Amino acid sequence: MKEDIRIDVLIVGGGLIGGPLAVALASAGISVAVVDSENPNLAVDQAFDGRASAIALAPQRALAAIGLWPAIAPSAAAIEQIRVSDGHSPLFLHYDHQAIGDEPFGWIVENRAIRKAIRDRLAELPRVRIFAPARLTSLERQAGGVVAHLADGTRFSAALVVAADGRASPTREGAGIGVTKWAYDQTAIVCTVAHSRSHRNTAHEHFLPAGPFAILPLPGNRSSVVWTEKSHLAPAILKQDDDAFLAELSSRFGDFLGDIAIEGPRFSYPLSLQFANAYSAHRLVLVGDAAHGMHPVAGQGMNMGLRDVAALAEVLVDAKRLGLDLGHGSVLARYARWRRFDNLLMLGLTDALVRLFSNERPALRVARDFGLAAVNRAGPLKRFFMRHAMGLVGELPRLLKGQAL
Amino acid sequence: MASTTTPTTASPEEIARFQAMADAWWDAEGDFKPLHQLNPPRLAFLRDHLAEHFSRDATAPRPFEGLSLLDVGCGGGLLSEPMARLGFAVTAIDAGEKNIGVARLHAEQGGLDIDYRCATPETLDRQFDVVMTMEVIEHVPDADAFLSAVGDRLKPGGAFFGATLNRTPQSFALAIVGAEYILRWLPRGTHDWRKFVRPSEFAAALRRVGIAPKSFEGVRYAPLRERWERCASLEVNYAVYGVRAG
Repeated sequence: MKEDIRIDVLIVGGGLIGGPLAVALASAGISVAVVDSENPNLAVDQAFDGRASAIALAPQRALAAIGLWPAIAPSAAAIEQIRVSDGHSPLFLHYDHQAIGDEPFGWIVENRAIRKAIRDRLAELPRVRIFAPARLTSLERQAGGVVAHLADGTRFSAALVVAADGRASPTREGAGIGVTKWAYDQTAIVCTVAHSRSHRNTAHEHFLPAGPFAILPLPGNRSSVVWTEKSHLAPAILKQDDDAFLAELSSRFGDFLGDIAIEGPRFSYPLSLQFANAYSAHRLVLVGDAAHGMHPVAGQGMNMGLRDVAALAEVLVDAKRLGLDLGHGSVLARYARWRRFDNLLMLGLTDALVRLFSNERPALRVARDFGLAAVNRAGPLKRFFMRHAMGLVGELPRLLKGQAL
Repeated sequence: MASTTTPTTASPEEIARFQAMADAWWDAEGDFKPLHQLNPPRLAFLRDHLAEHFSRDATAPRPFEGLSLLDVGCGGGLLSEPMARLGFAVTAIDAGEKNIGVARLHAEQGGLDIDYRCATPETLDRQFDVVMTMEVIEHVPDADAFLSAVGDRLKPGGAFFGATLNRTPQSFALAIVGAEYILRWLPRGTHDWRKFVRPSEFAAALRRVGIAPKSFEGVRYAPLRERWERCASLEVNYAVYGVRAG
């Protein structure tokens, strides 16, 4: 008989969302086991995940409050200006962070830097056990608790299981929670670009006919490029040799940052929108991509996941300190109610943005260009959009306000 | 437990009424949803006063380790279980045999060690650091006799907690007309408004049995957030913390 592990919460998936959740819970006195199918030492390579994530102000405060930010900060570039433009139209939207305060809109961080910070922090915390690479061979959500096994016979008993295992979440599927989903017929091509001039901490979002083309500042003279392309064209672009690919990229990137060179591998991800039809079931909750997946146009995927983490951690820590059963329906309902509307709203907004801008009908182009210019001049409306993108709107969990749990 | 003994402080009609509902005790969306919703502010009141009373850190895991607690009228164990998770050695009694059966089964499934007994307070022979009787006094035929029996189980210097419904027009509107007739949160006839207890009456009854009332607090329903919250007003449902002289 292998080890019998009794914990409060079993987290399936220790990535960019499951990892911070484990850190938050364990730092607040909740015992946790994390089961992840990836090898944590390989997951921090650039070859594993070459993407960067936008982290808005409020989620950054949460990462700071749980002690992860100091390890991430050296790899993060602040976003101080955002320029949004539409094709070759002269009208554009310019956001300056000084319009609402001294703090930046957010930061761009390479995912591997976040993964490394999570791995190192989890290793320090006494209340967390990590099982990776490993897979659950059984998961039973019984009346009094959750019982799960690994292939080697290790047995977990917990009050609650959290599905943080991504868009295709096997845990969500296993529980029979369906998803509503549609594909965008767009593929994101992602790579890192080195350039000779400073990006001056400005993020650029350029709406091209095929979809948004984003240039996001990284530390030093480097930027992360998210190039949205029509799905049927993407394979041909990705197959090109380095020179041809660079030429294709340069025609979109422009020369405003001087000479450019591509650093590291290229990645591609098909884009879709999906949301789970429920956020909780008996002794189970969904967080991050397992609950919702969106287009990267507004850079909100990681942020919505971290907002889930902040809300769930608060709900569970409050319940723990009242002696409540962490898997009880009344506890899980509070989390689901808190997050579902906020996430659906963001999914709707990003979807509308993608549809509005990935469209070449002349009337629509004129309308949206004047819309951008109008928003640019309307101070209060612009400030509201800015505060929303920074994650400062709505009933905020303590972590998003930078407070301890 | 012998089924022929009739407990003296709970009337047979009351016991029968709650037994009919016992199976649904733990369903968050079932008949006892209002009690589950009422639990967080109730538990926060208990925990905060207990932490102060015994000088414990309420944010620590199992802050009340080493202390004993008696839950009188525990029902399905909705408060006994949290108290056990917070570290108390819990003895929980109820006059309804089916309640105790449900509570025992549930605690066992959750891996909790709670001493559940089908009993009334006067049949116990030991004393506890904490005695609580929540949402019970409005169901007993003789509140004074009941409180006297409950108070006897408390160690000198120990902490007493009680909770009940106030006898006000607001509580009639909410607990009887609202909860039983309009919202159907509770089966009709669950409560008899005339047996609700005013805070002044509760305080006087506690003083008669040597318990000094220290703090009263109410709860109110926040419909937009769909939850009960702590409040200063005692108009509808309230809890009291007291200390036994010694």
